[in-house]
Amino acid sequence: MADLKHIYFQTLRIRKIEEAIAAKYSEQKMRCPTHLSIGQELVPVAVSHFLTHADKAYSSHRAHAHYLAKGGDLVKLIAELYGKVSGCTAGRGGSMHLSDLECGFIASTAIVGNSIPLATGNALHQQLTRAEGLTVSYFGDGATEEGAFYESLNFAALKSLPIVYVCENNQYSVYSPLSVRQPTGRSISKLSNEIGLKSFSVDGNNPTQALQTSQAAINYVRHHGKPVLIEYFTYRHREHCGPHFDDDLNYREQEEVQTWLDNDPLNNLEKALDKDPEFKAFQKLAISDINQEIEQAFTAAESASFGSIEDNERFIYD
Amino acid sequence: MTDKTTSFAQQILDAQNLAMQEDPTMICMGLGIDDPKAIFGTTQGLQETFGEQRVFDMPTAENAMTGIGIGAAVAGTRVLMTHQRVDFFLLAMDQLVNNAAKWHYMFNGQMTVPLTIRLIVGRGWGQGPTHQQSLQSWFSHIPGLKVVVPSLTENVGQLLYNAIMDNNPTIFLEHRWLHNQIAPNAAACQPLTEAPQHTRVLRTGSDYTIISNSYMLSEALQAQKYLQQHNVHCEVIEIASPTSIDWHIIYQSVSKTKRCIVTDMGHTFCSLASEIANKVYSHCFNALLSPVSIIGLPNYPEPTSYGLTKEYYPDVNTIIKTVSNNCGIEIAQLKSRQHHDVPGEWFKGPF
Repeated sequence: MADLKHIYFQTLRIRKIEEAIAAKYSEQKMRCPTHLSIGQELVPVAVSHFLTHADKAYSSHRAHAHYLAKGGDLVKLIAELYGKVSGCTAGRGGSMHLSDLECGFIASTAIVGNSIPLATGNALHQQLTRAEGLTVSYFGDGATEEGAFYESLNFAALKSLPIVYVCENNQYSVYSPLSVRQPTGRSISKLSNEIGLKSFSVDGNNPTQALQTSQAAINYVRHHGKPVLIEYFTYRHREHCGPHFDDDLNYREQEEVQTWLDNDPLNNLEKALDKDPEFKAFQKLAISDINQEIEQAFTAAESASFGSIEDNERFIYD
Repeated sequence: MTDKTTSFAQQILDAQNLAMQEDPTMICMGLGIDDPKAIFGTTQGLQETFGEQRVFDMPTAENAMTGIGIGAAVAGTRVLMTHQRVDFFLLAMDQLVNNAAKWHYMFNGQMTVPLTIRLIVGRGWGQGPTHQQSLQSWFSHIPGLKVVVPSLTENVGQLLYNAIMDNNPTIFLEHRWLHNQIAPNAAACQPLTEAPQHTRVLRTGSDYTIISNSYMLSEALQAQKYLQQHNVHCEVIEIASPTSIDWHIIYQSVSKTKRCIVTDMGHTFCSLASEIANKVYSHCFNALLSPVSIIGLPNYPEPTSYGLTKEYYPDVNTIIKTVSNNCGIEIAQLKSRQHHDVPGEWFKGPF
């Protein structure tokens, strides 16, 4: 139960941060494409719960939750969205190119499927140097249609690399549903299994199942030094890119949307914790702490300066 | 020390051997790197010396393998990748352009990518539209990539060793026809570990500046020698790295000779050659006695047929003709090779 409260806090924190970004996005001060994780927060929380600092992570365009769950610095994240010099890449990368090396979040990249090989290369380095730790590679269902996905899994299986491939299957690539992109009935986890990885599939919004599967998969990599893929079924609540809800466009069936809203990970956690007599007080304190932290991060970002244009030529090779 | 001959391919191998010794983290990967042909002999014995963990063949997956190389390099492994033809490497443009080239800058200098990619350029014997492209202009267009185009046995090893040891991503473009180039004295080659000069005046002259690299530099040197017999003294400048040109050397030369040819192996449209010509015009406009000539490939793909490629590639005679036209003097053409599609009689195909 103690674990679940911790999981709840992490999930709630990411939700509140993403909602704060959404609320302030229309002020037009965060001037970069921003892909929110609302609805999908539990997956990286359940994964990161079993990671250490020696474990490294790579992610994709929708990376805020992955960065935060791994321990990425919130103040640097918000400053990055504002393009300020105090951002995690001093404004060079924006929302889609995050990095916090201190916590082992190596990087997120913007091109679909493009960070899967990088994560695999990190795992190769870990194997070659007999380093402690494994690598986590986050991506969505769309990325599994890229050649880089197949090529990377093939190599990881060939070399028995210590890597956890995490596919957040939210069923949509922008507005395109899985049904127009992949053959009906084919499973990403089974496909990965045929490529040579141990694979898992699980409801990524169900706290108990998501945690159990994450633990089993990560333990497998630690004990056997072989790659795994976990397919987490989940759902994004808002538009592909930006702060708004977009179900007025009718690209998703209303019934489907409702089913997934009913299966919201945060609600699921609250339901699971409801019987705990201390939960209400815990929740109240959590919300207050998180709100305060968020306010401080936004204040810091707003008051920070942009980098100097004269520094634009820094880090060009000699 | 007794004189010992060496070859372009041998120098490439020597550079890899030394780099692997110097940096125990370094790995070498490439399709066919340990096969019986050993990438035209340039990787012979590496696996036996350094083991299967550090030198290995790889899946036919150019894009992800490049990304895997980048990921390993970012983590701290020095990586050398080799592709037998540049054209196949085009599958890896996403990883090269969006990751390798951007990483150091995009993440504000927090990480480096110690990755070198050897790409071999084919030519002749029907290599055709997709096995012979010289894309140095392309790669040079992307900020964040270093590009090295070796031409001579005497410094190819030094250029490769330094590219590998550099902590930033480098594209190393080897022309296939240069691999068998022999230097009579290995000891006279540039020391591998010394920093290379990327812009070098190889021959001094007062009448014409010829700027070149890759296989075309061999043709330029041949032209220089022949033209000297006709009392036209050419200054030949090697551009070993299009991304780090010492422009001062070029401006100084053209200001002296007042005439200039730029020639490389690429298509001339939007090319390294046209960029160099542009800079020469901008900085030496008043000194020029005739327009800068650009010699390269025409703006269409290379056909495969022996019969269709006879005039596709410029050669020593193209340079001679350009010089004689611009100077208004009659100079006879040199006798052409028996077959235009091979570097010499020793080459019997098929690869």
